[in-house]
Amino acid sequence: MYNYIEDGDAVANTHGDDPEKYAAFMARIEAGEKIETDDWMPDEYRQSLIKLISMHGISEIMGALPEKEWTPKAPTLRRKLGIMAKVQDEMGHGQLLLRVTEDLMKPYGKNRENLMQDLLNGDLKFHNVFHMPTKTWADAGMVGWLVDGAAIISQTNMLDASYGPYQRALQRICAEEVFHAQHGESIIMALAEGTNEQREILQESLNRWWPSLLMFFGPGSASTTGSSKQDVMMKYRIRKSSNEELRQAFLDKYLPRVFSLGLTVPDETVHYDKDEEKWIYKQPDWDEFKQIIKNKGPRSKQRLRLREIAYENNRWVRQALAPEPVRS
Amino acid sequence: MTIRETAADAKQDPSYLKALTELLYQLADDDFITSFRGSEWLGLAPHIEEDVAYSSITQNTMGHAVLFYDLLEELGAGKADVLAHERPPKERRNGIYLEKKNGEGSYLEEPYYDWALTVVRNYLYETFKKTKLEAVATSSYQPLAMVAQKVLMEQTYHLAHWKMWLKQLQGSNDDARKRIQSRIKEAWNEFQDVLELGSESQSMEQFNLITGEQIVKERWLEDVTATLNNIPDAPLDKRYGSGRNGEHTADLEQALGILAEVYVSDKQAIW
Repeated sequence: MYNYIEDGDAVANTHGDDPEKYAAFMARIEAGEKIETDDWMPDEYRQSLIKLISMHGISEIMGALPEKEWTPKAPTLRRKLGIMAKVQDEMGHGQLLLRVTEDLMKPYGKNRENLMQDLLNGDLKFHNVFHMPTKTWADAGMVGWLVDGAAIISQTNMLDASYGPYQRALQRICAEEVFHAQHGESIIMALAEGTNEQREILQESLNRWWPSLLMFFGPGSASTTGSSKQDVMMKYRIRKSSNEELRQAFLDKYLPRVFSLGLTVPDETVHYDKDEEKWIYKQPDWDEFKQIIKNKGPRSKQRLRLREIAYENNRWVRQALAPEPVRS
Repeated sequence: MTIRETAADAKQDPSYLKALTELLYQLADDDFITSFRGSEWLGLAPHIEEDVAYSSITQNTMGHAVLFYDLLEELGAGKADVLAHERPPKERRNGIYLEKKNGEGSYLEEPYYDWALTVVRNYLYETFKKTKLEAVATSSYQPLAMVAQKVLMEQTYHLAHWKMWLKQLQGSNDDARKRIQSRIKEAWNEFQDVLELGSESQSMEQFNLITGEQIVKERWLEDVTATLNNIPDAPLDKRYGSGRNGEHTADLEQALGILAEVYVSDKQAIW
């Protein structure tokens, strides 16, 4: 998960915290201890975690929707079984992470219902990649191979996160994501070795996903988009590396694979600079990125609409299961 | 009873093979369409926990369809993928009630799906699937008996899931009760088709492939009567015809169009 949070800087406030408690807390995490749900924690830490984990959780759930578009269409029985298993895992990750978030929100008197409302009214963002359209079966492969591949890089970076419940959830999530990446890779390999048409839809898919994949890790610094939460996340030992370091790790791992399959990326400037020891690439349009995560991406409205309909249409079920007092 | 241990044994007798094939198509096609209707619900269930559970059931159910299509492939009916993706509606053997759309709209745009239909349909189907699988768990065709026993181990949990939903909703407020009852009434007009074994019914029984249509129906009715608050007065019916004989509605065509969309774009390609 990348760490661009729109009003990220606004939550920075440690003034209300007891300085002694704060120092003791910092000493604990710097010693590698894990913080548990009921432990004292600075407000800034709690709020950063809520933003990060709620966004991660809801992105797993919204992320199942583009793949769902191809789930029944998967071209063989084995592919159908594979993608069905994958979307089920994604929902499971979403559920696990929302539970972690719910515990963190409890002191503020908030719950799952608030999260769902926040998603629908636009306050809770979901990951930029899941605002993008899918067009062909190759997209189902691309989401598994490179989108989940990128997710593995950003999530393994937090496998030692200071917050225990998140850190433990990530162990399981990352293990499952490895299967997802293999599932995606298997679809990609079949297309790469297939007919001309199959290779064409594969290359076309990669061309379309490329800017979103670069955006995946968030902007390099706050100066790019006016706000970035990565320093706070590193200070509190939630993550280890910066957005740019993660993006470089992604390019390191995947560009050689992309090229070895005979594929290209839509950027003639892309190359590895041996002196600087990093990949040089054309920056994606960060203004577009800001629009996308404000739910102004190509498929933002349609995907949110699905959740909105589900929410309204199943109201009677929620009322039947847990009758609430009627409020006018 | 003559036990047939392999596909080669089964193929020795054309009339045995015909009855067995017909039975396998019913089992495979029922699960295939049921799994499809389930996959349309992903992300739209009443809560996240249900999305996790239902998508798991849906995946298992597709797995069961694959087991049955694989048995057909062994018997020389054709490749499992061809059987699943290429057969036209008139060759499909699923019950018509199972192909009914989840509600208005499509799974991609404006899906106004009805959870009451889904709970009632899945409860009735899984109860039926249990009785039918139990009736083939002692089948004269050994490979089928083995698969039935294996599927029953997973399917028990599917039935428990839908039974719980049904009991909770029919035991809650008036609105939920009415919605459930209206879907039960609808099902009563259509479910007879699912319970039937079709034109090969007598041969299936005679060859001990299954214990018989009447027994499956009686056991199903017994279980359903014990769970539902109100059983409609009218006799069970099959108002849209007989899926076991290849009669189907436009809803099946819609489903097959989606299920085979990528497959038919290039049938020779390796996907």
